[in-house]
Amino acid sequence: MATARPTGTHRAYLTGLVLALILTVTPFELVYFGVLPKGWTIAAIAVAAILQVIVHLRYFLHVDFRITPGENLAALAFTAFLICVMVGGSLWIMFDLHYRMQM
Amino acid sequence: MTASGGSLAARAGSDAPTEQSAEKAFGFWVYLMTDAVIFALLFATFVVMSTGTAGGPTGKDLFSLPRTFGETMLLLASSTTFGLATVAKTKRVVVRWLLLTILLGLGFVGLEVLEFTGMISRGAGPDRSGYLSAFFTLVGTHGLHVSIGMVCIAVVIGQIVVKGLTEPVSSRLLRLGMFWHFLDIVWIGIFSVVYLPGVL
Repeated sequence: MATARPTGTHRAYLTGLVLALILTVTPFELVYFGVLPKGWTIAAIAVAAILQVIVHLRYFLHVDFRITPGENLAALAFTAFLICVMVGGSLWIMFDLHYRMQM
Repeated sequence: MTASGGSLAARAGSDAPTEQSAEKAFGFWVYLMTDAVIFALLFATFVVMSTGTAGGPTGKDLFSLPRTFGETMLLLASSTTFGLATVAKTKRVVVRWLLLTILLGLGFVGLEVLEFTGMISRGAGPDRSGYLSAFFTLVGTHGLHVSIGMVCIAVVIGQIVVKGLTEPVSSRLLRLGMFWHFLDIVWIGIFSVVYLPGVL
């Protein structure tokens, strides 16, 4: 019963903290010192953010594909799908509008 | 009872309070997912509005990287202290970690309030441009969630002190923990989408 009774361990929370710290400090430093070109910095921020979300889900919310109940994973997957459709669709439509209106 | 409820209960065993607690945790998980959709749409609105500064100040003029870093550290630390509260064995230790969580949360909200009032006093309030409206809506909604979370932590501390770590109280503590960790995940999105690209 991982997510139904999401009790982690001391060790899991501290591992999560260390990984999250690394994934937070890296993008802040890249932006602060400006060592990479802008495009690469944006890409690095995106990669670090996605990895950190996975770290938080794994070590803080205890989402684990082997032991988390299927219902919770199904809700998570459906939410991810909804977000992709709604956010992706909104951005696509609005930026296409900007482009066509020559803004 | 639906098929999914049945299987959850089956895995929880025959213990009635645990079964209830498992179903409540699933219900709370569904609520968190709907909250994630709200935040995702506020993010989408912000990105669409990000060019709509109406000749007003941009993120480069307004944001302070050290302050955002401080807020990030406070929230990450509070997520860890909440986690340590849920694995602590005795009442005293649980309450101590929860109090520390509230203090870190207060620090976070305090920095955010300072930032907001500073921006508004410089004429960069939510009424200045579409960009700033979207900024205040997104970051303010998150700050409001954190504030409500702190009130709930205070209530749970009261319940632990009065009732002790009974089954209903510790099941509430676990769900509140899910809420708190979820808010930290939303914050990752905020500093990665709003602040870091904003000062770049």
